[in-house]
Amino acid sequence: MTTSGMDDPAAPTRPGPGGVGSGAERSTSLGDGTGVTDQPAPRGLPAPEHSSPDVPSVAELAQMDTEQAMLAGAVADGVFVEHRRNRYPVPGTRSEKRAELAVAACFAISFLAMIAFLVVFVAVPFKWVLPGQGSQTFHLYTPLLGTLLGISLFGVGIGAVLWAKWLMPEEEVVQDRHGGPSSEADQLMTAATFKSGFEDTGLARRSLLKSTLGLAGGALGIVPLVAVVGGLVKKPGNKLQTTLFTKGTPIVYADGRRASPSDLQAGGLVTVFPGVEGGVKAADSPTLLIRLRPNQKIKPRENQADYGWNDYVAYSKICTHAGCPASLYEQQTSRLLCPCHQSQFDVLLDAKPVFGPAARSLPRLPLGVEKGPDGKDYFISLSDYTEPIGPGFWERK
Amino acid sequence: MTTTIHSDLPRNFQKPRTPLGKVAKGSEERFGLAAGIRKQLNKVFPDHWSFMMGEIALYSFIILLLTGTYLTFFYDASMAEVAYNGTYAPLQGVEMSRAYETTLNISFDVRGGLVIRQIHHWAALMFVAAMTIHMFRVFFTGAFRKPREANWLIGLSLLTLGVVEGFAGYSLPDDLLSGTGLRIADAIMLSIPVIGSWVSFLVFGDEFPGTDIIGRLYIAHVLLIPAVLAALIGAHLALVVKQKHTQFPGPGNTEDTVRGERVYPVYAAKAGGFFFLVFGVLAGLGGLAQINPIWLFGPYNPAQVSSGSQPDWYMAMLDGSTRLFPQWETRLFGYTVPSVFWPTVVLPTILLTLAAAYPFIEARLTKDRDAHNLLQRPRDVPVRTSLGMMAISFVVVLFIGGGNDLVAKVFNISMNAMMWGLRIALLLVPPMVYMITYRLCIGLQRHDREVLEHGIETGIIKRLPSGEFIEVHQPLGPVDAHGHGELEYAGTSVPKRMNQVGGATRAIAGFFRPVREKPDVLEQLEAIHQAELESSVSHGGSVEVQAHRRQLPE
Repeated sequence: MTTSGMDDPAAPTRPGPGGVGSGAERSTSLGDGTGVTDQPAPRGLPAPEHSSPDVPSVAELAQMDTEQAMLAGAVADGVFVEHRRNRYPVPGTRSEKRAELAVAACFAISFLAMIAFLVVFVAVPFKWVLPGQGSQTFHLYTPLLGTLLGISLFGVGIGAVLWAKWLMPEEEVVQDRHGGPSSEADQLMTAATFKSGFEDTGLARRSLLKSTLGLAGGALGIVPLVAVVGGLVKKPGNKLQTTLFTKGTPIVYADGRRASPSDLQAGGLVTVFPGVEGGVKAADSPTLLIRLRPNQKIKPRENQADYGWNDYVAYSKICTHAGCPASLYEQQTSRLLCPCHQSQFDVLLDAKPVFGPAARSLPRLPLGVEKGPDGKDYFISLSDYTEPIGPGFWERK
Repeated sequence: MTTTIHSDLPRNFQKPRTPLGKVAKGSEERFGLAAGIRKQLNKVFPDHWSFMMGEIALYSFIILLLTGTYLTFFYDASMAEVAYNGTYAPLQGVEMSRAYETTLNISFDVRGGLVIRQIHHWAALMFVAAMTIHMFRVFFTGAFRKPREANWLIGLSLLTLGVVEGFAGYSLPDDLLSGTGLRIADAIMLSIPVIGSWVSFLVFGDEFPGTDIIGRLYIAHVLLIPAVLAALIGAHLALVVKQKHTQFPGPGNTEDTVRGERVYPVYAAKAGGFFFLVFGVLAGLGGLAQINPIWLFGPYNPAQVSSGSQPDWYMAMLDGSTRLFPQWETRLFGYTVPSVFWPTVVLPTILLTLAAAYPFIEARLTKDRDAHNLLQRPRDVPVRTSLGMMAISFVVVLFIGGGNDLVAKVFNISMNAMMWGLRIALLLVPPMVYMITYRLCIGLQRHDREVLEHGIETGIIKRLPSGEFIEVHQPLGPVDAHGHGELEYAGTSVPKRMNQVGGATRAIAGFFRPVREKPDVLEQLEAIHQAELESSVSHGGSVEVQAHRRQLPE
């Protein structure tokens, strides 16, 4: 990089007509620039020597060095280099070498980190091993890869930024925005072009074409949408109103074993499912089977007096707020908490919401028992839930 | 151009000899790019730290595309049930979906897969965070004003889509945590009046969870939404290039000019370097900071959930509003509008509409229909600044609400007290923040005027003959007969300490020893300044200086 042209009075930065530097020169060049548009050079003829005061001729450019030609190009683009200075006017000084060394060190560290990354990637074991059954070094694999990759990328980044900040010339450049609207003449001509084209189509006169095109266009716009959405539409039917529990459905645990009244201690709680195909996986079927403590009594809802069985009650586990499983049970207070939005249900109040955003009690499953083949009692549901479980929806009564 | 001219040209103007030169010449003859490319190389970018936020968002998006494409090689968006048989022993034999199994495989059986997965997740968080902060910057400095309203709307769409995209990606592993999130999303759809259950069945293809959702989320996550995001980002950047950057006022920064550094080489080096810095930080996070360890959550199971379930950060606000909203379920004529509808559908719609409409509301209220290229300092527009802070405080309360169980646990506060406290705070804090911000803005404005009028406090105490003590003030410019500064406030930062106006030497900086000017550079600079001084004098024709000048090395 030459030092000429960098605020060095010995070599004026003005590359030719147009000029770089003071605001006075700039406004002159702009004024001349607007003048040129009035007399455009005729097409097909060689451009005159000074086609624009902003653009030097080839002969003039031939006399310039690289930097002067660059500055001339900038001026042609409405970019004015107001200040430009080599950070190290005399090449090869100690501090320049130090800066260069620092940048080079960044790139070198990046290179070394990448090599180390490759070594780790290939050589360090990465397969998960149970503790006690082999080396646990795999735990280091991901942290090492991330760190080394991070160092490598960061090294390149820091190096590039420092290079720009320490070694490249500092410059202050001002550019004209030219952001505003087009000239009024341009606007008028463009409007006329649109208008003339529209008139050429004759749409204004040919109302038959207009209306039929409108119909066709409208149909093309809407029909594919119907086809796409139509394929996706599924009728909810009564799926939201029902679960897999029916009259006499056996009640089972997650592993498929049937639930029996002798399984739970007083105050215990367990999640149960309908013992039918897909019952354990269905999102609307998880149910809480709770054994009350001897002194506890529930005041049931209307018509639900016989839904319990002895000291057992069963409620839907799906929160009536947003559908998460209300799975945290505080035995002391008999409260159920939904961990998603902290709705709390009091089991002794018939699973009524006592705090948080939930508005409805958890639906209750009518419980019964039947004798199994082994002569033991096993739980069954006496019917489906008598109201929809889970979050509310429009059609819910 | 005749050959005679060519023969006169210096070497670099002659026929290209280097391979690069030949390629350039060849392209020029075919595509005619020279003038257009030079214009882009010379484009001027202003420099301000707050302009980096959008860049971080852009770079995060690129990193998301890179890492995300890698992940698709191994991920299978299928809800088919399989029994896990991979490396991670604690889950062996567990029934799970293919989606969860392949995500486990990426984490345990693909060499380096986990670090890429974690970089991808961190980049997603960074993407949304950077866009959010970028929007704050644009809002508080008034960069959204005419002519940039379109870019404000594009930005808002990008932010909204970014959140949807993030949620879709977060749901893909089909683990317990994300499945619970999907179930809440289902409850939100169900809550929409009239069409809710149809929307839910349309999206899930059946009653929740069905067997389609992961596949549909996948194609939305890897194709549909990224394509729209990329198109919007393209439009956003094209508008920035066309309309150019906004900038704080200053010498050379006017409504008609932009001041900074040209794209090539300085800005390109800085921005390119910055991309690697962002990537480096994300790679470090991806390696060192574990995120979304799905193997600890287990596969999705509608009957299970763990306490302390937290979504990604950008969902916390929605989660908070859902937690704090009261149990107001309405029943009308035998139909239900669940309470979930208000905080999750209505509230975000209102907030987004307000944000989208803000540039137009402000233009109407201030009757300001002019185009603006210069930024405003937040203090100079107290109403806007206070409104923005009010909105942020509202969202921050909701954000805390999204983790109210964790806050209650960590600080040993009653969950119920926490919930009620936040409900009240949601109504009280925003107006309070509005008032405080407004007073702060006015105070800062007054202090600017005060310094312009009376000068900078120098810290020098003078005793007058009368015995009175006064502090000496340094005026910033010319003063009138009463000693009051004549400088007008120019919408830019006013220096308030002496060392901001060169009145003191640089404060000693440095970790181990004081940083001093580099002596050799200092000497050179002095020599050059001296030469400059002399040459300017020499135009005046001073013989002495001319004589002195000859002694300087040329």
